[in-house]
Amino acid sequence: MPGFEPWSAERGGAIIAAHKGQEGATLPILHALQDAFGHVPRAAIPLIAEALNLSRAEVHGVVSFYHDFRDAAPGAHVLKLCRAEACQAMGADALSAAAREQLRIDWNETTPDGSVTLEPVFCLGLCACAPAAMLDGKVFGGLDRARLEGLLKRARQR
Amino acid sequence: MKPRLFVSRDAGALALGADEVERAIIAAERRRGLDIEIVRTGSRGLFWLEPMIEIATTEGRIAYGPVQAADVEALFDAGLLDGGPHPLRLGRPEDMPFLKRQTRLTFARCGIVDRLSLDDYRAHGGYRGLERAIALGPAATVEEVVTSGLRGRGGAGFPTGIKWRTTAQAAAPQKYIVCNADEGDSGTFADRMIMEGDPFVLIEGMTIAGIAAGATQGYIYIRSEYPHAIEILGRAIAIARRSGCLGARVLGSPYAFDIEIRVGAGAYVCGEETALLESLEGKRGMVRAKPPLPAHKGLFGRPTVVNNVISLASVPVILAEGAAAYRDLGLGRSRGTLPIQLAGNLQHRGLFEAAFGLTLGELVDDIGGGTVSGRPVRAVQVGGPLGAYFPRALFDTPFDYEAFAAKNGLIGHGGVVVFDDTVDMARQARFAMEFCAIESCGKCTPCRIGSTRGVEVIDRVIAGDRRPETLALLTELCETMRLGSLCALGGFVPYPVISALTHFPEDFGIRKAATAA
Repeated sequence: MPGFEPWSAERGGAIIAAHKGQEGATLPILHALQDAFGHVPRAAIPLIAEALNLSRAEVHGVVSFYHDFRDAAPGAHVLKLCRAEACQAMGADALSAAAREQLRIDWNETTPDGSVTLEPVFCLGLCACAPAAMLDGKVFGGLDRARLEGLLKRARQR
Repeated sequence: MKPRLFVSRDAGALALGADEVERAIIAAERRRGLDIEIVRTGSRGLFWLEPMIEIATTEGRIAYGPVQAADVEALFDAGLLDGGPHPLRLGRPEDMPFLKRQTRLTFARCGIVDRLSLDDYRAHGGYRGLERAIALGPAATVEEVVTSGLRGRGGAGFPTGIKWRTTAQAAAPQKYIVCNADEGDSGTFADRMIMEGDPFVLIEGMTIAGIAAGATQGYIYIRSEYPHAIEILGRAIAIARRSGCLGARVLGSPYAFDIEIRVGAGAYVCGEETALLESLEGKRGMVRAKPPLPAHKGLFGRPTVVNNVISLASVPVILAEGAAAYRDLGLGRSRGTLPIQLAGNLQHRGLFEAAFGLTLGELVDDIGGGTVSGRPVRAVQVGGPLGAYFPRALFDTPFDYEAFAAKNGLIGHGGVVVFDDTVDMARQARFAMEFCAIESCGKCTPCRIGSTRGVEVIDRVIAGDRRPETLALLTELCETMRLGSLCALGGFVPYPVISALTHFPEDFGIRKAATAA
């Protein structure tokens, strides 16, 4: 995963301007901001409100409603582990417990060295390849503890 | 002619190493000085055999799988390009029992065609449905879909043609077709597979819907968890536009139609149609009270058809082959075929499209081949996180909307998740409530508060705290949520909870005989 840009009001404003003409532009804008900065910076909220003629509270309400949008940049690598039923049936609970133990963090936390953020996901549509995970946008199926450890090890060495 | 090698690029195949396999094939091709045409397809849906590759031979395609990158050199040595013998050789896919027993209408091309080739799509029957819809005109097209008996495949099972007719009859300067691709139910992946494996069928189905309902703009709301589907569908839409299959004059007809993709942001409730519309409008995904129906006042207050991916992707074949051919398949009021998704602890995990009427037992034991762990099947959740858990005693239930409802269950989007005997059903019931608490949009009290209280009450049951009274409280809470919630999230979460309690009382610390009804 490429590193994210530091927040700049100028760059943020340009991203907002590029999307604001669409019908229902809020989500496309938020996705574009998160793609650039790794999160939706608090400083972007008044700019979005201004561009879309909404109140700051309304924009904050939208950002905080959706699980995807972060309020702080993630670690260098983002590991999403599926917690849903099809993966549970194949041992996902034990797998995620092992991952949390190995990384010494809980869901939605980042390791102290900033290398890995662990996020829960409720279904990647890989239910026939369970347990499944997504690491930096790449999908993995049929995971067990050893394979997951290998993936994390390789990611952290990069 | 160059040898043609078909490589599955479905996200499921990628998750199991298809990328590495393709790289190894390309490396082997160079090293051996060969010239191979690699065709990138979706998946046939036999995920226990993915990554699967197929070579075109004079006897048809020959499949190999599950292939890992390390197997590729040996496969070439064994004469892969001539369909040569190897332990991974599976023979002709059509002869494999898992595929042979299916009736593939919606998934007829998935895993077979080059997913981004419009020529391949047309060569396999694509756009015949749209051509017929253009010839029939809007009103007759709507009636064709009504006659087919197609019901919404997203879960609610509402007749698709009736939705179209209602929208068609509403007068407005702008109407919309919205495709619900927010496939959030665990155990389901049919939408994802069709979007990645045969994207033009969805584009064609939406275009037919647009002409039928008088809508010129379509939106596909895809969940962000599906980056591969977003990419493939985006490329397919661009190809369709360039070729005149979308735009101001669709296939040269007077009808205009175009499609835009919008990406969700990780909210399960946005799979509910009114929450989805709110989200498309740029708001919190809060459920709307109905009426007004989306068909009257939908996206931006305009008449809107909201259909699931599979409903829309089933329309082209209905138009191409005629409504009667589709309606003649199925059982009772469940007509046509249903792409069933077999998942969880099962040997043969994948997509199984068949006419309604197969029993749950046939699907799990026979087609699915039992558990992969080798332990006995204990519970099967059908219809996603809001679906009921079925015990073996109910395995004679046929796949049919009404038959499942009669057993206090639902088929939903057709997901089947199998658990072996290590499952703790009290824990599954607790998870259902926990999931509802995480995903509740918060608009109605029974769902917002009830789900959190539900987790607490189940915790007390598990801890053995005044169990009879606590269980009575849980049952009453479930009843309140079922009757008082605004949408299916709070309204259906009692299904997994109550079914777990009814069929597996021993996991809640109750002796079975005491509660057997």
